[in-house]
Amino acid sequence: MKLNGAHILCDGLVKEGVEIVFGFPGGKVIELFDTFAHYPQLRFVLVRHEQAAAHAADAYARVTGKVGCCVATSGPGATNLVTGIANAHLDSVPMVAVTGQVDRGSLGRDAFQEVDITGITLPITKHNYLVMKSDEMAEAVKEAFHIAGTGRPGPVLIDVPSDVWVEQSEYTYPEKIELPGYKHKLPVYPTQIKKALKAISEARRPIIVAGNGVIISNAHVQLKELAEKAQIPVVNTLLGLGCFPQDHVLYYGMTGMHGMAYANYALNEADLIVAIGMRFDDRVTSKLSTFAPRASVVHIDIDPAEIGKNVKANVAVVGDVKEVLTALNKDIETLSHGDWLKQIEQWKSDHPSHEIRDTDRLLPQYVVRCISDVSGGDAVIVTGVGQHQMWAAQFSVINKPRSFVSSGGLGTMGFSLPAAIGAQMGRPDETVWSIDGDGSFQMTLQELATIAQEKLPVKIAILNNGYLGMVRQWQEFFWDKRYVATPIASPDFVKIAEAYGIEAMRVTNKADVLPAIEKATNYDGPFLIDFRVEPEENVLPMVKLGSAISELIEQPKSEVSTW
Amino acid sequence: MVASVKHTLVALVEDKPGVLNRSASLFRRRGFNIESIAVGHSEIRGLSRMTIVVDGASTAVEQVEKQLYKLVDVVKVIDITEDRMVSRELALIKVSATAAQRSEIVQIADIFRARIVDVAPDSVMIEVTGDEAKLNSLLELLKDFGIKELVRTGRIAMVRGTSEAVPIDEESVQKIKRRRKKTKTEK
Repeated sequence: MKLNGAHILCDGLVKEGVEIVFGFPGGKVIELFDTFAHYPQLRFVLVRHEQAAAHAADAYARVTGKVGCCVATSGPGATNLVTGIANAHLDSVPMVAVTGQVDRGSLGRDAFQEVDITGITLPITKHNYLVMKSDEMAEAVKEAFHIAGTGRPGPVLIDVPSDVWVEQSEYTYPEKIELPGYKHKLPVYPTQIKKALKAISEARRPIIVAGNGVIISNAHVQLKELAEKAQIPVVNTLLGLGCFPQDHVLYYGMTGMHGMAYANYALNEADLIVAIGMRFDDRVTSKLSTFAPRASVVHIDIDPAEIGKNVKANVAVVGDVKEVLTALNKDIETLSHGDWLKQIEQWKSDHPSHEIRDTDRLLPQYVVRCISDVSGGDAVIVTGVGQHQMWAAQFSVINKPRSFVSSGGLGTMGFSLPAAIGAQMGRPDETVWSIDGDGSFQMTLQELATIAQEKLPVKIAILNNGYLGMVRQWQEFFWDKRYVATPIASPDFVKIAEAYGIEAMRVTNKADVLPAIEKATNYDGPFLIDFRVEPEENVLPMVKLGSAISELIEQPKSEVSTW
Repeated sequence: MVASVKHTLVALVEDKPGVLNRSASLFRRRGFNIESIAVGHSEIRGLSRMTIVVDGASTAVEQVEKQLYKLVDVVKVIDITEDRMVSRELALIKVSATAAQRSEIVQIADIFRARIVDVAPDSVMIEVTGDEAKLNSLLELLKDFGIKELVRTGRIAMVRGTSEAVPIDEESVQKIKRRRKKTKTEK
């Protein structure tokens, strides 16, 4: 069968199980878009800026576990994807991005809307392709989805010169993948499992730090089994939230720069860290030389390059987290760490970081907790980046995996709204809350139009404090309160939403928070709430800059009471 | 045991456009300190062989290996520093030489089993192969004559004996063959 490049791509997308493509048209992808008309199986979602296409595909992938897909034209279309691709790369999100390119004859001549996108994305993709002939297309698509979705997932870019879209070639979709340099299935070594088991059984103060890898590997059941059998307390990284039930007695919250004080104390005093699918990011470790000084480390990760990159592993177990945990669970002894757990409980009651200050003021933390309470921990929470992100992480209850979507590694402001689009499309029957800040929201608010056009019932909570709050907080603590470039004026968000045809309201009193959230939840369609929260509220606890994770700035005790 | 500071890595990579760029970009962005890199064909068609010299004092060699391995086009990476190996480098050296100095330079070149490959009225060009130490000593001796131009290839290396230093599994070889065959028939 002879097909042209555009048809081969579309057929490949269908064969790879793609259902939704996020993107924006342009000169060098017109042929491709014309071809979409022949593939009703592919739902195309028109965003308002290519960055949003990448974030939407990213979030779609995170909430479904499938490979997300986005399309943009050459030049600025492609460069607008870059932030989104980098975001997916740093958070190990499977994604295939397709870009148009100038025709082959014009390549390298600085043609109109030409940019070397394979060169630009080289360090932020798992792999990329410049498809120079239509008969290379099928293989490229097959390989791209395979590479993106297996092993440690990541984004793959396929760049296609415009004349390749229309070039005919003989087409059969490859059945096998011939990638001699890509070995994603690494065997789990029984000797390493034995060593890990020994380390766990000998530990007196063990702690599990569970990260994104547990979610990617769908290993939450195995994680729970391990923790319960061996009675090991569990803390999460930011992206690990949801991989362990948060109402579990062994769960002690998020660790890291804005982690719960008791989670950080536990890490600091632990004699064994079982690190599962996490990479010892600096937001977790803070100062490396003082990180967990008493602990040896069992590091479980699918990416061998993560072992020993930041923190030395005493026992390295390379492999898929689910396989490794299954192997561990088979032979793990039933253990008990009563004194250790009691100690952590003591820290928890002495330093209750999870509690909210008792006040009549409208605290952002209170808004987050109300959203969580109304949804019963069942909503998909999608955040932007900044203070609101940390409050969302600290005060939401996330009881199931793939339900907390946040830009962890890259810290991309503006992520929330477009990501909420992808999350809602991936989980159409669930409530999706975009928790955003007034600064973060303004970076991508044009996507309200996409939400309206696609009739997506996304609920949007803006924690509006009139500041670029996280930077303001740093300025308050470390730069003598010189608030340079952090006070930020905003438009009337309610009017903005209404202009896009989206229901909206403003909340200025604490008493109105719950009713507003309930109203939004029950409303059939998108709903935006502009919460005018306490302007200079800080995210606490906070690890002091350049310190050990146990050195925290905490909420003053007297102001804390159980909410 | 203290390993020698300079590590020799051998990487077998698929013969594809951009593969050198991918490796070089990786070294740069991860801050790896690479002393030299030499690339050319290997005994397997479709596979190129890179020899990379890394300063182990300033760079985590294991990370270089692991990060290289993550590149899809990289089929095999191995650190042969601890193996019995032959390592060589080629240099062309253009030395200022008056007619009166020429014979002295030729003598020095002879000692190093280097060859004179070009003679001009005021200079000679010397071709020399050897390990870095040998090349460095020759350069030291020629320095006073005035080195007008110098080019070095960087180290290439191979393990002695019959065992394969860079074992590559049969499945990978077959994959590479099939890939090559496919691109050929397509042409």
